[in-house]
Amino acid sequence: MSRGRSPAAWGYAALLALGLAAPFLVYPVFAMNVLCLALFASAFNLLLGYTGLLSFGHAAFLGSAAYVTGHAAKVWGLPTEVAVLLGTAAATALGALFGGLAIRRSGIYFAMITLGFAQMIYFLVVQLPWTGGEDGLQGIPRGKALALLPLDGPLTMYYFVLAAFLGGFWLVHRAIHSPFGHVLHAIRENEARALSLGYDVARYKLLAFVISAGLAGLAGSLKAVVLQFASLSDVHWHRSGEVVLMTLLGGMGTVLGPSVGALVVVTLENYLAGAGSWVTVITGAVFVVSVLAFRRGVVGEAGAFLRKSFGGVKP
Amino acid sequence: MIQALSGQLLLGLINGSFYALLSLGLAIIFGLLNVVNFAHGALYMMGAFAAWMGLEFLGIGYWWALLLAPLAVGLVGVLVERLLLRRLYGLDHLYGLLLTFGLTLIAEGLFHHFYGNSGQSYPVPGALQGGFRLPFMYLPIYRAWVVGVSLLVCLASWFVIEKTKLGAYLRAGTENPRLLQAFGVNVPVLRTVTYGFGVALAAFAGVMAAPIYQVQPLMGSSLVIVVFAVVVIGGMGSIAGSIVTGIGLGLVEGLTKFVYPEASAVIVFMVMALVLLVRPAGLFGRER
Repeated sequence: MSRGRSPAAWGYAALLALGLAAPFLVYPVFAMNVLCLALFASAFNLLLGYTGLLSFGHAAFLGSAAYVTGHAAKVWGLPTEVAVLLGTAAATALGALFGGLAIRRSGIYFAMITLGFAQMIYFLVVQLPWTGGEDGLQGIPRGKALALLPLDGPLTMYYFVLAAFLGGFWLVHRAIHSPFGHVLHAIRENEARALSLGYDVARYKLLAFVISAGLAGLAGSLKAVVLQFASLSDVHWHRSGEVVLMTLLGGMGTVLGPSVGALVVVTLENYLAGAGSWVTVITGAVFVVSVLAFRRGVVGEAGAFLRKSFGGVKP
Repeated sequence: MIQALSGQLLLGLINGSFYALLSLGLAIIFGLLNVVNFAHGALYMMGAFAAWMGLEFLGIGYWWALLLAPLAVGLVGVLVERLLLRRLYGLDHLYGLLLTFGLTLIAEGLFHHFYGNSGQSYPVPGALQGGFRLPFMYLPIYRAWVVGVSLLVCLASWFVIEKTKLGAYLRAGTENPRLLQAFGVNVPVLRTVTYGFGVALAAFAGVMAAPIYQVQPLMGSSLVIVVFAVVVIGGMGSIAGSIVTGIGLGLVEGLTKFVYPEASAVIVFMVMALVLLVRPAGLFGRER
């Protein structure tokens, strides 16, 4: 405490402890699902929360990586790590392609463009011969970590996912708090000004987009290995909307918000699994309420509360 | 051969008229309200369902549905604007998009709960059944009717917006709402009316689509994504531009269905990518 450790650091420590203990507290697959989607939402938040770009097509990166990883592991029989890296690389490349085109327009058009590209990926996945159409890819083998540890056991699989999540999360955290992240922040606040200060705004946006797409791909690859399938729902626009909801609900522009949002949304979906169409209705209602009354999200509100209660202490 | 081509082109023309009606509504709503109305597809679906429910439960025929369904859905739109959208003016655009996205999920989920995935079929009205046998193709009367009426409605909307006093208010409000308000025009009411009108256009398209496509809860969502791409391609700057782009892309899609059917679902998005490369502001657009 002598160096004035911030509440955020304590928060991280508590969450890390929770992450390590989670498979003993809840069903491991549930915990892994939360981690994958938390990584997905954190990657998305780098773009929405810190650069001010709303991508409405992030499912394209999650889903395509899931399919590539699944195909690489199942048909080509590649080791799990290689398959995951291949999926991530595919999403990164796709991110460079789509991002390069989408950043040519700004504001609301950006959202429409990314949505359109994601829909294109959806139709491609439906039609391509190796994606299994409506059935998706099933029976993806989990394989072994480092060719040694079989990932079939829930605990080894869990810690494998946790390690990857922490790596991705750390990368997002680093990016946000680096000079690069501050330029992104400047672009979000005032793009024209950042441009006039001599920053190559387009390049910064593109780099943020590519990092975000790559990490979303990592999340998708992990998800495919964990659940052992990749399905059309991973590339559907509902998935793109879901990640927006997680980020909004948890608090956009906060480091921990997306993870909290992912936890809330996955828990909600788990509880409502038997409710059929009502899941969609309730998700929509949560969306409406968050937009109208809860724009700062859980973490944003908590931060504001802390600031108010302990005036002057920055969380 | 030529028969198949002209058949696909006709279907493309029909889709194009729907794209035009929907993107027109999106453009005027965005212009005045600064809201990208994701719910446009859901409202189109609700228009089709309103027609089907009217016939099924109340015995209201096609012709009345053509008038009543847009009114009913337009009323829903007015309520949405009054109760929800109004609270978001002055905030970032993205909140309007997210709110209407949530509303889309609610509407689709509700209709899905009550009517499932399978489509309901809606009969072609008696007076428009049958078709003409042209030398190169068979032209169902109903389809010709849809194209004709859509074009007429588009033209009428263009006329109202560009040539009447109400349209002048609308355009003024798009340029500078505060100044318009200072001149004594009631801008909040103008916004409500505009949203209701844009939404009614979508519902109108829905009613006309009902006898051609199956009436089902998800009919609007895939459509609205294509319409967004149309909007990106055309740019929302000009009313005539929206109409021309919509119809043109419908035709391109029909042509693709004939030449290389596998690509027909993605061709609009490919055109979008091409336009972004060549002319990022859109064919008729000014970056705003």
